[in-house]
Order: sequence, then C-alpha cells, then structure tokens
Amino acid sequence: MIRGKVTLRLAWRNLWRNHRRTLIMLAAVIVGAWAMIFSTALMRGMVDDMIQDGIRSLPGDVQVHHPDFRDDPSVVNSIAPPTDRLLGVLEQPEVVAWAARVRVPAVVSSERNTRGVTLVGIDPDRERELSFVADDMADGRFLESAEDQGLVVGRKLLERLETDLGKRVVVMSQDEKNEIVDRGFRIVGVFESSMQAREDGFVFAGKATVQRLLRMGNRVSEIAVLGTDYRHVEGLRRRVEEAAGPGVVVQPWTELEPYLASMMGMMDGFVLIWIVVVFLALAFGLVNTLVMAVFERVREIGLMLALGMTPAHIRAQIIAESTLLLALGLAVGDVLAWATIEPLKGGIDLSIVGEGMELWGASAVLYPALRWEDIVLANVVVILLGFIASLSPAWRASRFEPVEAITKV
Amino acid sequence: MPAVRCVDVCKTYRQGELEVKGLDHVSLEVGEGGFVCLSAPSGGGKTTLLNAIGGLHRIDSGEIWLADRRIDGLGKGELASLRLHQIGFVFQAYNLIPVLTARENVEFVMEVQGVPPDQRRSRSMEILEEVGLKGLEDRRPAKMSGGQQQRVAVARAIASRPTLVLADEPTANLDSHTAEQLMELFVELNTRHETTFVIATHDQRVMGYARRIVRMLDGRIVDDTEQEAA
Repeated sequence: MIRGKVTLRLAWRNLWRNHRRTLIMLAAVIVGAWAMIFSTALMRGMVDDMIQDGIRSLPGDVQVHHPDFRDDPSVVNSIAPPTDRLLGVLEQPEVVAWAARVRVPAVVSSERNTRGVTLVGIDPDRERELSFVADDMADGRFLESAEDQGLVVGRKLLERLETDLGKRVVVMSQDEKNEIVDRGFRIVGVFESSMQAREDGFVFAGKATVQRLLRMGNRVSEIAVLGTDYRHVEGLRRRVEEAAGPGVVVQPWTELEPYLASMMGMMDGFVLIWIVVVFLALAFGLVNTLVMAVFERVREIGLMLALGMTPAHIRAQIIAESTLLLALGLAVGDVLAWATIEPLKGGIDLSIVGEGMELWGASAVLYPALRWEDIVLANVVVILLGFIASLSPAWRASRFEPVEAITKV
Repeated sequence: MPAVRCVDVCKTYRQGELEVKGLDHVSLEVGEGGFVCLSAPSGGGKTTLLNAIGGLHRIDSGEIWLADRRIDGLGKGELASLRLHQIGFVFQAYNLIPVLTARENVEFVMEVQGVPPDQRRSRSMEILEEVGLKGLEDRRPAKMSGGQQQRVAVARAIASRPTLVLADEPTANLDSHTAEQLMELFVELNTRHETTFVIATHDQRVMGYARRIVRMLDGRIVDDTEQEAA
C-alpha cells in the first residue's frame, strides 16, 4: 500500500530542493496555462460571435415549421400560429425572444432589374430582439408594425436592383393555390450586414401585410425561438416540441445551420489540439526537470528502496512531484488568465483589422468568452498528459537496484 | 532458532572480463540477540554478505534464512516488505533523507509501515532522546554533524523494533570519540531490546564491542571467534 501523506510530503519538499529549476519550470507552466486559457477565450469569443450572428440571421436557437417546409419553403407548407399551450412555453424565462414569421421565396422587381429573394413577413416588435435586421438598419426606418406596408431591403440588393430608398418595387410570389400574387412596396429602410448573402437575399415587410398578399389568413411559415444558451438547446427544443403538438417539426439551430454547428464542433476540437500543442512544448521541460531530479537523487532513492519502500512508492513519489508542479502552475495560470480576461469582457476593439474580421463573419469588437469547461479541459488535459510524461522518469527511478544506487558516486 | 542462517552461499560478480567471487560457499548462523562483527579487508565479502542477508543482493546459490523464513527466493516486493518490517539498516554514508528532519527520518520507516502518527511521534522522540539527540528533532541532516547523522540513522534503524539490525561500516566516517559513543549505543540497544546486530567493519575499535567476530577473506569465512565484549 502506498502511503499518500509521506509520498506527498517527500514530493513537495523535493520539488523545492532546487528552487531555481522549479521556479523556471513553474513559470513555464503558468505562462502555458495562461496562454491556453487566454487564447481559447479569445477564439471562443470570436466563434461565439460568429455563431450568434448566424443564429440571429433568422433561425433562432429552435424553430418550429411544417415537416416539408425546409424542402419546399412555400406558402403551401405553412403552419398555424402558436397555440395557447405553445405560448405557455414561449413565455417561460428560458425563452429570451420568439417570433412567428412568414417566409416565402419571391421575386422583387425594380424599374431596372429583377432579383430572386426571400420575402420575410415579420412582427417588428418581436423581431427586434430575435434577428439582425433591426440592429443593422443603415438608412431609412425599420418596420413599425405587422401592418406596415413598407419594405426593408439590404444595401447590396438595393444596388443590384439599381433603385433607392423611397422608391417602389414590386414583390411577386405564389399563394396556396400556386396562383401568382404581387403587390407594390415602397422601400422604407435599408440594412447593411456583415454577410453579403443577407443583404442580397432577404426583404422584410409587415407580417399581416404579407399574409394578406399570400392569402394565407393568420398562418405562418415558422416560429423562431431564442433561448438563453445556444450551446444547450436540447431541453428547450424538447419542451417546444411537446407543446407544439403533432404536424410540425421542431429543429435546433445545429440542424438548421449545419455549417455553424460544424464550426462549433471544429472549435471544440481546435481547443483540445491547442491545449495539447502547448502542453507538448511544456512536456520537454517537465520531463527534463524530472529526469534531472531523479538522477540527482539516485543514492537517496536507493536508500528508500533499501529501507523497504517499494518501486511503486518511488514511482508514486516522482509522479506526485510532477503533478504538484503542474497543479501549482495551473492554479496560478488559471487565476492569471481570469484576471487578464475579466477586464476585457467589455470587448476588445479590433477595428484596426475590422474588415478582416468581417470577412470571417465576426464583428470588429471581440468579446473574450471564458468558459469554465475550457478551464477544466485545459487543467485535466495537462494533468493527464503530465502524468503520462512523468511515467518514464518515474519508471527509471523505480528500477534502481538499492545497493548500486546507494554506492553511486 | 537462529536469527540469521546462511547455508553454502555463493555470489559471483563480473568486473569486465573477470569473474570475482563475492561470496564463496559461506555458511553462518547468528543466534537471536547476537552481536556479530563481520571483519574483512576491502573486497573481502563482508558488505556482500551483509547485503545478501538484507535481501539487497541476489545470491547465485545456497540458502539464506531469517528466523524460519527462507528469503533468497523471494520477489522484490516481498523483500521490500521484509526489510521494512524486520530489518533495520545503518549504512556507511548517505543514511538519511535530506529533505526530512531528524524526527521525520526516524519516523520514515514507521510511516511507510502505517504506524499511527501519535504512536510514531512518541516512539521517535523517545528513541532520539535515547541516542542523545534530544533538542535536535527538527534539524535537517545538512545541519547536523556526521556523528549526529549516524545516530539518527541508528534511531531510525531501531525505531520500528526490527529483529535484526545490519550495519555496514557504521563508524567509517566518524571520529574515534563519536565512533565509541555509537558502539556503546549499539551494545546498549542489543542488551536492552535483544535486537540482533550484524556489523560489517574493518575497524578494530568496533570489533572490540562484539561478542563474536567472523573474519572473511576473498569471499570466504576464514575465522569465527567468540570473545568477551568490551
């Protein structure tokens, strides 16, 4: 049986026999831990921003729609507005915002050009908290109510249509009977988005106006729901699904936007790789420190073996030294990372490279996202890999022959 | 029953191309409570025999018994356990663990044995007083003289109440006064606790304290004499 207390005491004291070497190694671990956590928080912040931006482009965290809507997003595949039962769930605190929309393919024509777009009929008050468009208004005004008869378009589309704010365009689509319906809209607002596809592909009008145009009564195309944490939407999805009843599908954003979901998965993998890479740089120093420590203490290890300590005791002692060193370095590194990130939570202004950030779909202000999961992951991975790295020196130490070790000069 | 019994023990070393006989058909019995000196010039085989008895050397042939247990065929773990529970060691040098205080060094074997802390503490304090180191309990080896360090080693060797103490040149690095004090301590412990002592030495002063002297040469026992101890 290995006696933990004596093993830990010896490991701790041996660690401080050579102060300078231990402090250098400790500094490396602290800087490594800080770098892992700080840079992960920056990367997380950037990806969070990209994903949240994507989610706010329209899908929300969870969406309710007709089972065939995604294959054929026409007015034929519409659904009834939220029932009282569904409204009961949508009014819960776990729902930050929700909106019922009409969303159909349409053609918009100016006097010069015609473009295929997605016509979105919205309730502006609800949409304000849910999607990008209200925040991204650049010119004119946002829609004022579901009855608003104006049209909000993207800057790029405005250029392609060769028209301007205040001018009229014709929007054409199909009703439930596949009859062509159209009406004129005055462009009342222009939005600008970090993604060109949004500016080019969406036009927004009042929901009731669009419902009348498409002769669909009070039916809608989709109900988008925004929760509190986009990473954990399954509980919300399940509750919405139970309340929505049969005849509809309820999908999380990860299914609606698989590209964004894969980006999140890729980020998780990248964080792990980054942590392992930083650790590998540390590992050389760690193994060197342990090997030096072992070979400085050959006689002492021989003595302990001669007195009746088992090779397992010796291995445990070397591994304990490595673990204590890493744990201490990680603890200080964690605190340092937290202390560095906390003051930056208000955002880091990267407007100097803003255009490049926008190309990535990220905003010019980066909000570092310090997640306890990442801190735990970094700590666990470093301790585990440290354990593995210390096995070789520990094994060597435990293989000494007591008599030869004691008499070694 | 003898505390130690060696029967026709042989041990050969390789030194480059040469084969050196460390132990050449050695047979020896030491009774319980015995106080025996193994005396030989350097390379005579005394340390090899001591280490073989302590399970630190594997022998090529023969038998080694400690009381009623044959130990020459035991595995590493069993030998470690045997040394931990039955044998106290005092080496010529590098006896102590530098990062532990005198008291912690004395308690070390007991701690690995799993003796409860209060019991360990009272026994270590008592033994440190017995070896004349009262007041130096919290000193680390680097802050102690060679003689004081050897006393701590002796205290550690006997603290766990082993049946056998094996000491290899325990006075080699000590001045004559300290060596004398140490040997008197050995004799006292041997008398009081009936602990068996086997001491490897070529120091005539040490031999004067023994009740039996076993002389070795080239790995063989050449003389085995009982004597009146000093």
